[in-house]
Amino acid sequence: MNAMAGNYTTEDGRKIGGVMMEMRNITLRFGGVEAIKDISFDILEGEIRAIIGPNGAGKSSMLNVISGFYHPQEGEVWFHGAKRPSMKPYQVAQQGIARTFQNIALFDGMSVLDNIMTGRLTHMKTGLLSQALWRGAAEREEVANREFVEKIIDFLEIQHIRKTPVGRLPYGLKKRVELARALAAEPKLLLLDEPMAGMNVEEKEDMSRYILDTNDEFGTTIALIEHDMGVVMDLSDRVVVMDYGRKIGDGTPDDVRNNQDVIDAYLGVSHD
Amino acid sequence: MPDTVLFAAEVTLNGLMAGVLYSLVALGFVLIFKASGIFNYAQGVMALFAALTLVGIMEGQVPFSHLINAIFGTNIHHFGWHVPAVLAIVLTVGLMVVFAWGVNHFLMRHLVNQEPIILFMATIGLAFFLEGVGDLMWGSDIKTLDIGLPQGINETIDRVTFDAFGYGLFIDNLDIVATIIAVILVVALVLFSQYTKQGRALRAVADDHQAALSVGISLNYIWVLVWSIAGFVALVAGIMWGAKSGVQFSLSLIALKALPVLMLGGFTSIPGAIIGGLIIGVGEKLFEFFIGPLVGGATENWFAYVLALLFLVFRPQGLFGEKIIERV
Ligand SMILES: Nc1ncnc2c1ncn2[C@@H]1O[C@H](COP(=O)(O)OP(=O)(O)O)[C@@H](O)[C@H]1O
Ligand SMILES: [Mg+2]
Repeated sequence: MNAMAGNYTTEDGRKIGGVMMEMRNITLRFGGVEAIKDISFDILEGEIRAIIGPNGAGKSSMLNVISGFYHPQEGEVWFHGAKRPSMKPYQVAQQGIARTFQNIALFDGMSVLDNIMTGRLTHMKTGLLSQALWRGAAEREEVANREFVEKIIDFLEIQHIRKTPVGRLPYGLKKRVELARALAAEPKLLLLDEPMAGMNVEEKEDMSRYILDTNDEFGTTIALIEHDMGVVMDLSDRVVVMDYGRKIGDGTPDDVRNNQDVIDAYLGVSHD
Repeated sequence: MPDTVLFAAEVTLNGLMAGVLYSLVALGFVLIFKASGIFNYAQGVMALFAALTLVGIMEGQVPFSHLINAIFGTNIHHFGWHVPAVLAIVLTVGLMVVFAWGVNHFLMRHLVNQEPIILFMATIGLAFFLEGVGDLMWGSDIKTLDIGLPQGINETIDRVTFDAFGYGLFIDNLDIVATIIAVILVVALVLFSQYTKQGRALRAVADDHQAALSVGISLNYIWVLVWSIAGFVALVAGIMWGAKSGVQFSLSLIALKALPVLMLGGFTSIPGAIIGGLIIGVGEKLFEFFIGPLVGGATENWFAYVLALLFLVFRPQGLFGEKIIERV
């Protein structure tokens, strides 16, 4: 078994396939700031891949490159064995890549249910005119999507807040609704930017469980950013470590834990 | 019943119906503002342009005829046919959709993430451009718009109220029809935004661009859609105003009346736009009726703005806007 090469079965019996997404020599600059410096790594079908590193390391930027919000100056993104052309975020979403944001981006004016329903938009095919002229098809589509959304709501145990406007929810629940909206899209690849930031211990445990269950039950490939080393080690199959825009480590949690560069970065050893 | 009450009732009803038009124009503003944060100064000119186009198509006018004649030395003005109102409306709607696409493709798309003031300036430019194009395309003379809506006093209301109170209320049939059409339009818009996929996407974009992108919504598509809807609302407003007072360039000035309406109703509230329009419509008529004679009349020119100023001072978020609490 070699976790770096793919096509193996994990100790807990999950099947990991071949390469789903591959980042090749990505460099991203903002003016003079190099947020990502020549980074390559891949994400395997079915795995939970973590990206860790200190604040400002470029983790969110990397997720934004994958989801089409940022466009790197150099490098290539490969998805399902094909080089991906420069894409807008909505096109990436339509390819089956869903995401959450570090600073939560929900539709505050809408109910929880409506928020999650927007996650189904990429699965709705009925056109504008046919919806106006023939409600039948549109209603059937709506009902089917509603049923799917209800499943997600049950899965994440948020039945009690279905009708609540999202703006009124406490932080922890907002994070869960955002995950629900992403899951509603039935993504092939799910990107989570610090899904547990700002949560208390109990909320973190819940969120970890939801992430593991998502991967296990739906077979969703997950790439997640996390600050908390402990959480990452428990959750992920493989870890990329970033520091000052560079990749300083890549491997299983055990590999990474024993990597001297990583230890230095986390202990704040000076860089010169 | 005392005469004053009856007169006031009549004035109120007429004010309500005038207010419907203000509401419609304000609605066009709110739609675009909510979806893209752009205050579209050109909304009034869009109403004018839509009405001009409708008349032009119905009358079989040759577009740009002055220009064509000047260049080629020809003397053509009309195709010599008349297009039925329904078909002409469909064609005009089509043109407004093309216009919406053009605005997004050639203008707004390039101004994403610019300051609101820049976007506002762009729409001022757009307003003058569109006014010029309208002039060049269809000529600047006042046109009558007759799509067969009933006009004149409503006899039934006149008779019934005369029998009941000894005074027949004067209500114009056109106002009644306009009100019914406006109600249908607003209901249709609400149904659209609540119960269609595109409506949900539109609400999503109005709420949070980043989140909307992440669920697979194309902002360009939504912007073309919302400018198209605003164009359609402008056409309806243009038809009503045009049927009442003829299609002329002063039509674009009613857009300015939408400003106080928006200050009252809030820039992002659809119910606010509707209620605000009605309040201003009724308010300015009643004020003119009761106070006008005391101050020498012509209060309709300024009443709406003074009311809006009072609102700005005492309730800056408008009737339905949420209270803004400064974060410190
Ligand atoms: N939109 C942006 N514009 C300018 N600089 C940015 C932008 N996004 C990120 N950066 C910069 O890129 C670097 C990496 O940021 P980020 O990816 O958010 O790090 P992390 O998520 O690891 O904390 C930082 O120096 C940050 O200031
Ligand atoms: Mg980050």
